[in-house]
Amino acid sequence: MTRFLPLDIRLALACLPLLAAGGATAAGATYGQVLPERSTLTFVSKQMGVAVDGRFRQFATTLTFDPARPAQGSARFELDMASIDAGSKDANDEVVGKAWFDVRTHPRATFVSSSVKALGGDRYEVAGTLTIKGRALPVTAPFTFRQEGGNAVFAGHFPLRRLDFGIGEGIWSDTSVVANDVQIRFHIVAAPRK
Amino acid sequence: MSGQRYTRTAIALHWLMALLILGLLGVGLTMTALPLSPFKLQVYSWHKWAGVSAFLLVCLRLAWRLGHRPPALPPGMPGWQRHAAHGLHHLLYLLMFAIPLTGWLMSSAKGFQTVWFGVLPLPDLLPRDEALGDLLKRVHAGLNYGLIALLAAHVGAALKHHWIDRDDILVRILPWRGRR
Repeated sequence: MTRFLPLDIRLALACLPLLAAGGATAAGATYGQVLPERSTLTFVSKQMGVAVDGRFRQFATTLTFDPARPAQGSARFELDMASIDAGSKDANDEVVGKAWFDVRTHPRATFVSSSVKALGGDRYEVAGTLTIKGRALPVTAPFTFRQEGGNAVFAGHFPLRRLDFGIGEGIWSDTSVVANDVQIRFHIVAAPRK
Repeated sequence: MSGQRYTRTAIALHWLMALLILGLLGVGLTMTALPLSPFKLQVYSWHKWAGVSAFLLVCLRLAWRLGHRPPALPPGMPGWQRHAAHGLHHLLYLLMFAIPLTGWLMSSAKGFQTVWFGVLPLPDLLPRDEALGDLLKRVHAGLNYGLIALLAAHVGAALKHHWIDRDDILVRILPWRGRR
């Protein structure tokens, strides 16, 4: 048995460059063709301590990402705020109003990345400016990148404080009813750029 | 006059449940018409917490009842009235279970989890489904109108026994010892 062990290790070592080469070929692609029907932008708010799921039905994403050169990556999100689903019809009618997203004055929210960096493994971090309701604030979001059937899947989440953006003003600023922290989750599928 | 009273436990369980049911009915009937506000979200949460409490209380009550016999009905009571009384009590128990259950299911289907006192999350038994949620809302409301009708019969029968039949049916469930 002891005689076989070094051989196993040697075999494994011999395979490493092959694996790395294989990885490099697959990673050589630059992704940029976002597949909207497979991408989701969701959020979790808390009402009276209860998590409530919401999502944006319409949003446009443009991105470019090459795992070999993550720092060159960039992303831009544009959200159609009227397409929000905050969890119920009542909530949807409410959140488009002035106290929440004031959709008439601010029909779009945007995120524009300023930098992307590798955190090691399949983990990365994107930093940029998030603009909601006309207020622009810096945010950073960790995300994972993985390849799936020739496409790239970017998945991540980050918290934002709704009151920083004036989301839910007046009577709704009571964070004991609707919590200040909202988790934003993105799951973006993109094909290699042609 | 049998002169036999309900036990203190039975009396406490009965009136605690009565208070909870009346409170839940009152809040439930008015809260849906409130304009959306933080207060409305609070009221809905309170209603759900109280509903879960009522469900736990009826479990406790039924478990206790299975081990204890209530005092006998007055000997002179006609057979149909005995059947009606038993049937009514069975239906009341059934609704005390079914109403909180449909409320819980309705919340699940509408995508709002029930978290007892904001601390203990109850599992969502149904996936989010708007049509199913609306259906369960109608079932929940319908059962409650049924409960109101049954409660009217329950209270009406108790008063009829007290003032017309002049027996001890009402007095023996009162928390204080009534004089006749």
